[in-house]
Amino acid sequence: MNNFGYKQAEDTREAISLIEHNETAKFVAGGTNLIDLWKYNIANPSQLIDINHLAELSEIKTLEHGGLRLGAGVKNADTAYHPVVEHQYPLLSKAILAGASAQIRNMASNGGNLLQRTRCYYFYDAEVPCNKRIPGSGCPAKDGYNRIHAILGTSEHCIAVFPSDMCVALAALDAVVNITGPTGNRSIAFADFHRLPDNRPDLDNNLKKDELITSIDLPEKGFAANYAYLKLRDRHSYAFALVSVATALELKGNTIEDVKIALGGVAHKPWRSTEAEEFLKGKAANAENFSIAADLILQGAKGFGYNEFKIKLAKKAIIRNGLMALNPESQLPGAQPSA
Amino acid sequence: MGLKPQNLHKEPILNCSVTFKINGEERNVSIQPWVSLLDCLRDHLNLTGTKKGCDHGQCGACTVLCDGKRILSCLTLAVMKDGAEITSVEGIAKGDDLHPIQQAFIDHDAFQCGYCTPGQICSAIGLLNEGKAGSREEVKELMSGNLCRCGANVGIIDAIMQVKDGGSYE
Repeated sequence: MNNFGYKQAEDTREAISLIEHNETAKFVAGGTNLIDLWKYNIANPSQLIDINHLAELSEIKTLEHGGLRLGAGVKNADTAYHPVVEHQYPLLSKAILAGASAQIRNMASNGGNLLQRTRCYYFYDAEVPCNKRIPGSGCPAKDGYNRIHAILGTSEHCIAVFPSDMCVALAALDAVVNITGPTGNRSIAFADFHRLPDNRPDLDNNLKKDELITSIDLPEKGFAANYAYLKLRDRHSYAFALVSVATALELKGNTIEDVKIALGGVAHKPWRSTEAEEFLKGKAANAENFSIAADLILQGAKGFGYNEFKIKLAKKAIIRNGLMALNPESQLPGAQPSA
Repeated sequence: MGLKPQNLHKEPILNCSVTFKINGEERNVSIQPWVSLLDCLRDHLNLTGTKKGCDHGQCGACTVLCDGKRILSCLTLAVMKDGAEITSVEGIAKGDDLHPIQQAFIDHDAFQCGYCTPGQICSAIGLLNEGKAGSREEVKELMSGNLCRCGANVGIIDAIMQVKDGGSYE
């Protein structure tokens, strides 16, 4: 643990200017991940810039052309329980409530949720090599204990998974991430926000060092009638996903008009397959078709020993969650399977 | 390989003056920016009712209420809570009158060693304030951030259900 300075930013412009002039400063909002990483000596900020008082980040508001804007500074719990989120985007509400604990959801910000680091044991252990922590030092997870690790999109340099639940729903809903920085504002489609490890596993996402997430936009279509979020883990609650699935369906009778499926706990980012979603369109919403879609989603999946089970688990989870999306009320609290 | 505590900041780091209302009383402390709210309560304000379990946000023993909401004091910097209203387990009872949730914990044997209890009680009050838990299943799910290694969980959930459904909660 190192010592650090602290400064409260009054507005977005001041926050950007403070970080622009200090290479080793970090923004802090909820702090639930950053302060933990600092205690483990994984994050060593020279200064924390507190962005909890930025009014621009603190609102949830409906957008003029439909859709909803989630302020980056709004707490995860306030987002999940927001009436519009509950009614128009219940998939998002459910995914948020499946993550962490009530206390952490009261603290964690929406922007911070996108920026949380992997929970790979080797990343968290400052005494061992890790390409994400120290590029070029190696990846002990590949031949180590890798029960929680990725089966899709891995590289020879890193097999870590991105741990968020909220982001799995945001990926399925085709959210957009709004960003500000020294040169102005820009927006990134959710699918392009997080990265695969490739040869730069130290980079989790495409946000630049001196940029700040200001909000996340949800499109108008929230799939409130047919959705499900299933989270499978080693403990009934308050544990990261081994495999999670967000499924959003638009049905006409039993025929799938539109569908989005995103997986968590299996890759360095929420995982989607256009091929699988295109296959399902126009088909009957049944186990047989969800099974074929699952095979398409899991094309190229590869285990590393202890995580081989995830391939079979993910397939069954995709099928089960597709069927649960036909009757969202059947699900038990905590993103558990239906009774 | 571990770094020794060092100052990576270019300028000297000054103590910060932080004022919060703790259990109804306004307190001011001069602290370093990296002091957690937990350490501030225990070491600077001598309020040792709040417990340090894992110090990593995994056990819930350090749960306190901040502006009525349950949070983890181990992952909160005290300096970030300037101006906030904090309630720790010491501020739950009214004089000698136990809060209904405290009485319910006694009635239902909701603890054995008692180490997690301050966090459990603050978390339970936070849960009741939120008003989102209906069924017993939902209460269990929304209390999952507080671990009890003695295994008193059944008593804890019984106690919360009694206060929630008994109408004795204010």
